[in-house]
Order: sequence, then structure tokens, then C-alpha cells
Amino acid sequence: MYFLDFEKPIAELESKIEELRHLSDADGLNIAEEVGRLQVKVDKQLKGVYAKLTPWQKTQVARHPNRPHCIDYLKALFTDVTPLAGDRVFGEDRAIIGGLARFRGQGVVVVGQEKGDDTETRLRHNFGMAMPEGYRKVCKLLDLADRFQLPVLTLVDTAGAYPGVSAEERGQAEAIARSIDACLDLRAPLVSCVIGEGGSGGAIAIAAGNTVMMLEHSIYSVISPEGCASILWRSGGMAQQAAEALRLTAQDLLEFKIIDEVIAEPMGGAHRDRAAVFASVGDAFERHLRELGTLDGATLRQKRREKFLRMGREGLA
Amino acid sequence: MNWLTNLVRPKIRNLVPKKDVPENLWVKCPSCEHMLFRKDVEKSSMVCSRCGHHMRLPARKRLEMLFDGGNYTEIQLPVPAPDPLKFKDLKKYPDRLKDAQTKTGEKDALIVAHGWLAGMPVVVAAFNFDFMGGSMGVAVGEGLVQAAEVAVQQRAALIVIPASGGARMQEGILSLMQMARSTVAVQRVREARLPYIVLLTDPTTGGVTASFAMLGDVTLSEPGAVIGFAGARVIENTIRQKLPEGFQRAEYLRDHGMVDLVVHRKDIKSTIARIISIMTHRDAPSELAPAYLSTVEETDSPLPLPPPGDPEAAARADGRPADPSDEVSEDDEGPEDPTQHGDK
Repeated sequence: MYFLDFEKPIAELESKIEELRHLSDADGLNIAEEVGRLQVKVDKQLKGVYAKLTPWQKTQVARHPNRPHCIDYLKALFTDVTPLAGDRVFGEDRAIIGGLARFRGQGVVVVGQEKGDDTETRLRHNFGMAMPEGYRKVCKLLDLADRFQLPVLTLVDTAGAYPGVSAEERGQAEAIARSIDACLDLRAPLVSCVIGEGGSGGAIAIAAGNTVMMLEHSIYSVISPEGCASILWRSGGMAQQAAEALRLTAQDLLEFKIIDEVIAEPMGGAHRDRAAVFASVGDAFERHLRELGTLDGATLRQKRREKFLRMGREGLA
Repeated sequence: MNWLTNLVRPKIRNLVPKKDVPENLWVKCPSCEHMLFRKDVEKSSMVCSRCGHHMRLPARKRLEMLFDGGNYTEIQLPVPAPDPLKFKDLKKYPDRLKDAQTKTGEKDALIVAHGWLAGMPVVVAAFNFDFMGGSMGVAVGEGLVQAAEVAVQQRAALIVIPASGGARMQEGILSLMQMARSTVAVQRVREARLPYIVLLTDPTTGGVTASFAMLGDVTLSEPGAVIGFAGARVIENTIRQKLPEGFQRAEYLRDHGMVDLVVHRKDIKSTIARIISIMTHRDAPSELAPAYLSTVEETDSPLPLPPPGDPEAAARADGRPADPSDEVSEDDEGPEDPTQHGDK
């Protein structure tokens, strides 16, 4: 397990527990009481630390290397997953994966951003930073969903769309714009969940949904704290301040009515109990799909558009 | 420092009357650094007479240039959101807003107006780059939504002229949501079957490019305008290489299939008028001379009608080139060899 800076005291306690367990194995001593006492202490600390994470700490948790990624959710929550590659124009971009699948028995289109878990998979998925091909693949999949009346579930986890020469050459901006356009044009339910990082245009490109949810310790922002700091403070080192100023936590977004629901994470974050987080995300998806399932395509589209039209309007005098 | 500099020098200065030279008599071209006489540059709509560089224009200048007789009715937009995030970097956001308002005399970065263009009803939404880098926050998003609403009500074409660095960071996630909001605005115009024309100007980047600015029925651009998603500096830091020549310029985007037409500033109004009149099944605007393609290669700016009596003009008027050689590219490779086609 990888430990973040602010988790160091917890890490120490846990290694102590581990040591004790080895001791008891070797010497046959009964130290269950001591282990239990330490475990209580760990739980208390975890609860304490995670109850009041700062925006910058949440950013770190959202990017935690052990945090479950898109593929983990695909494996846990879906059956008959049939990935459909390519944008039919230029290529296949593995930063975005998607295709047909069954979610608790129901046929759906699923789309998500995958960051990868080790060097090899990170490179294969380009660290979850999509090229224009990725967004054009989304358009292809949304078109399928529209024509075959399949609900769409999206899993958002990206630092942002890839900033590079080839991406610009092939129209990164246009590809994102069309992907947002396709989301807002879809005549089928669209439910999105930010499972880690919701990085700017690259995230909203697959997250303009009827219902948008966020995991408790995920973030969603117009720009990364580092990027914001380097522009407005002219120093990348001010990322902590930028994270505070940007109001990028799930709780902030719920307050601004940008998202509809915050899904609670297991104590100590999604990476500490994957099964629990898969279950909560699955249940939330199911609940929203059931609600939206009663509406026809045109109503779904209209409601989705009205929802986004309202955003920010309340603050205008 | 001493009495010589502090006392004597100003006194001597006051003795010699200062020559009254208006400070802004001359303009330096930001591209070729040539000194240009302000009156001349203004006459050519701020295009450098030496290198053709298109300087940035404030939004009101754009409106004047497009609307017939420079007359338009401005749509009153709501006042900017009162700092929803309570955002503070080195400066408070309300202070930045106030500075921008004082500097430009505008309420926010977008002006929306309706009126007539070559006798046709249009709604124009123009960005002011001088206002916080033309950044898109809630007020700008609202302006685009209203522009679309007015266009639909009046059965008018919508023309949007971005000049923007992207989303307004000080409004955080609310500014990101304007990408979705402005897209809904475009969809309304599209579903009303009205033309939506985008004129990209220098610069158009970030979240603005990645939403309504890239969804035009027709996408025009001024020459040399910087257009892109990620900033050049960000890309250079990512790839740690020098960027290619002309990267993210209008011509580069056209050559990569992202822009329909690069148009010289003097031809913008006539080009838009021609496009809208054809898209809306109207007769050619009476004040505009028909335009002809000069050569197959030169498709950027429709040229004005050749002088009467020109024999070529008569031949071209019925749509045929006067000389078959017009259709051959300048490479002059001679007749094409059919065996040259296919995979190479």
C-alpha cells in the first residue's frame, strides 16, 4: 500500500500491528488484545484524518495510485463487457475505454477514462489523458446508445485531455466540443460518476449527464491546482492555496448544485476497501437508472439540457 | 539626488516649451514592429499595411464592422455573478473584475447585439479579449444563451466572435459548466435550423475552443489567429520540444481540417453575408458584387468582381473556368497519371 504524507502516523501504527502479528505467529504469544487496541487507534485516526481532509489532501487521495480505476469498476460491476475500439477516423485511444455491457442484467453503454496501475498500463492508457480519437470514440458510442435506446454510464477519471502537438493537429478542441454536444444530444439516460480526478474539459466531455455523482474524496475542477497556481500565483508551489480557492471537492460541488450526489467512501478512502466502494457506486447507478428509466428519450434530453442551463444562473442579478 | 537633478533640471525643462506630440499618433505593429500611422491603420481596420498582421480588436469595433451602417441594438446582459467562490489569488476576484470594468468600460467579456447584416437579421456575440483575457464565466455563458434565444425568436443567424483564453479560473467549476451551457445554446440555434457562424479571432484557446467555438455550421478565422486547446507553453513543457512552425495558427488549423476558411478582415462582412444568404435561401445581397474563385488554389478569400469588359469574367460568370489550365495546380505536374493513384 502506498501512503500519502498525512497518512504517515497511520502507516506507522499499521506496520506495528503487522509486526505484532508476526511475533504472535512465531512465538505463540497471545497479543490479540494489543493488536485490537492498536486497530481501534488506527480506525480512530483514519476516521479523524479523513473526516477533515483539506482540498489539497483530497486531490492527493483522488490521485492515489492504489485507488480503484475505471477497469476495476468494469470488472466488478459489469458482465458481458464488450469493448468497442476506435473512432472510425484515425485510431484507437486507450485512455478512454468503452463499449457494450450489462449492468445488473440491463444492457448499457459504458464509457470511462483509465489511468493505468503500473508503468506498462499507464503508458498503454496514456495516464488517462485522452487524444481526440478518444473523444470521437465516445461520440461513436453515444450514437449507438441513442439509436438502440441504451442507457449510458460514464466513469470519469482524468487529469485532463492530452496537451500535445498531435492532439492539437487532429483537433483536440473540436473533439471535446463534439463529445459534450453528443452528451447533451443523447435521447437515453446518461449517468456519470467522478471516481477520481475530474480534470477540466477532458472530464466534462463525458460527464454532461442527467445525473452526475462524485465519490466522497474525488475532485472536479476547471484546472488542476498546479496549473492554476502557476498561472495566477506564478508559482507551481502554491498548488495547496489554489486547491482551496478552486473549491474542487465533491462537497463543494454539491453545494453549488453542479453535482447531484456524493457517494460515501469506506473509511480511509476507496483504496482501503474496494469491494465496498464498488457496491456503493453500483447501487447509486442502479437507483438513478431506475428513476430515469421512466422517462422517454426526448424528455431525458430536455431535462439534461435544462439542468446545465440553470448552472450559475441563480447567481446573476 | 542633489539640487542639480532635483531642482535645476526641471527648471531648465520648463523653460523649453514641450512639443505637443500626441502619444498615440503612431502604432507599432506587434508582428513586424513597423511604425504605422494610426489613422492609416484605423482605416484598414487595424491590419498592418506592411506585413498584413491582424491586430486585436475590441468587441464594439467588431460590431461596428459587421452591422449595416454600424448600427446595432445591444442586448442588456445580467450583471456578473457576485464572486460565487469567494476566489482570491494574489488579488480578490471582485477587484480583478472591477479593474477590468474600469479598463474596458464593459460589464464583462461578452457583448451581444442584434441588427442587420447586408439586410439580413443577425445576432452577434463578440468577446473582448481586454476583459480578463476574454475568459468565460457565468456572465459570458449567460450572454451566449441569451444570444441564442434572441436568434431563435427573431429567426436570425447567430454569429459568435470568440477572443478568449478559455474558462475563467476565478469562477472555478461554474466556469467549466459554461462549456455545457454554451453547447446547449448552439443546439437551440441548430434545431431552429438557423445558421451558426463562428469567426475565430486571435486568440481562441482552452474551454472556449473546446465548446461552442468549434461547433459552428461554418467556421471562419482571421489570418494568423492563435487557435488551440492547450496553451503552447503547456505543450512545450509536456513534450520538451520546440513547436512546429505556424503551430496553432489559423492557417495551420485550416490545413489540418479544423477551420473552413481563413478570411482577411476586409472580406469578413461580405463573406459572412454570402454564406448566410445562401444558407437561408435568400437572394444575393444587392450591395455585394458576386464573388468568383480566382484559381483552384486560392480558396481563402473570394475575390471581388473583375472590371467589366474582362473577357475572362464573362466566361467565369457561368461557372466554367476561362482557361482549363486554371484547374491545374501550381505544382505543374502535367496531366495526372491514373496509375499514380492508390496506396503509395
